Amino acid sequence: MIDAVIRFPTFLMTVSYDNSKIIFDGIKAAGIKSISALPETWLGLLLQRAESDPEIQLVQVAKEEEAIGIAAGAYFAGTPHLLLMQNHGFFGAINGIVSLAQLYHVPLCMLIALRGHWGEPYPWHTRGGIVTEAVLRALGIPFEYAREPNQVAKQIREAWTFSQSSLSPVALLLTRDLMED
Amino acid sequence: MERARCLEMIYPELEDKLVVTIMGASAQELYNLGHRENFFYLQHAMGLASSIGLGLAMHLPAERVVVLDGDGSVLMNLGTFATLARYRPKNLIHMVFDNGSLLSTGGFDSHTTSGITDIAAIARGAGIEHVAAVDTAVGFGEAFIAALERNDLSVIVAKVAAVGPEHYGMDLQLPENAFRFRRWILDRKRAAGQAS
Repeated sequence: MIDAVIRFPTFLMTVSYDNSKIIFDGIKAAGIKSISALPETWLGLLLQRAESDPEIQLVQVAKEEEAIGIAAGAYFAGTPHLLLMQNHGFFGAINGIVSLAQLYHVPLCMLIALRGHWGEPYPWHTRGGIVTEAVLRALGIPFEYAREPNQVAKQIREAWTFSQSSLSPVALLLTRDLMED
Repeated sequence: MERARCLEMIYPELEDKLVVTIMGASAQELYNLGHRENFFYLQHAMGLASSIGLGLAMHLPAERVVVLDGDGSVLMNLGTFATLARYRPKNLIHMVFDNGSLLSTGGFDSHTTSGITDIAAIARGAGIEHVAAVDTAVGFGEAFIAALERNDLSVIVAKVAAVGPEHYGMDLQLPENAFRFRRWILDRKRAAGQAS
């Protein structure tokens, strides 16, 4: 039944090299010394930079919920830490966010790749993209969308500051406008 | 072997270590021995005690970190063994008290009951070199001393009876525990910085 095979449109997606650099520089300018992450297409160039930067300690996890524990450990240790994840990884980390970070007032500064939203060609990302904002609202997690390369460094700095003053998880959503060329 | 006896045995050694426990009986039994500012009780978020321990160990290389985990909790985060193996912090001891039971939530059998699932084998398979599996008090004590002396990532899986404390309760609010734990660490960092 070859006719029944649904053919997905194939787009040649390019992750923005320039904007990945701007974001990474913004992370460093915010004073971040440690990053936990699970590799994701949009985050790939950021991770490469983090991996090769001697001033940044990178911890790659097997599942995003681990990163909530690692972030708590870094916070207790007094090391400025940032979490990089995809929105679907964020969903998988929710119990840790609620029952460790929020319960114990541990701040989290999360940069979340917002897959499955405006312009998304891949069907498998779409449900997650559609519900991300509603889930963030339900959890009471403050968030902003990062769309403009000339704003994103300031947004990262402000996300970091707000996470530390509110002792709360804070999310900056990395959009397609920013992450793809 | 009872977990409470094991904790009693190692308690004096925990005076200057950063200790992270899982919820329920383990947390209570440690607390009952006498709370210290360097103890953090993760009363929920099952599975993440070892991840907190990893975060502490990687960011505080001058400290020793001891995680008191359980079979029910670690089964919720088996990926942690792989992440621990990958980063291999020398200053982390990950203890798993395996009572084969979800004791704090009604005593249901866990997957380790009757030897179905072997947590020590999972840890070894994940790539952790130093894994001890013990089921006697003497074996436990020896494994702990060896881990302290080794100065390398060590996992100790201790088979214990499915028994817990008679009463639960702490005079410590959860955020208060987090705030004080962090303050203890930062004060020590500051003191060490001044000394050097």
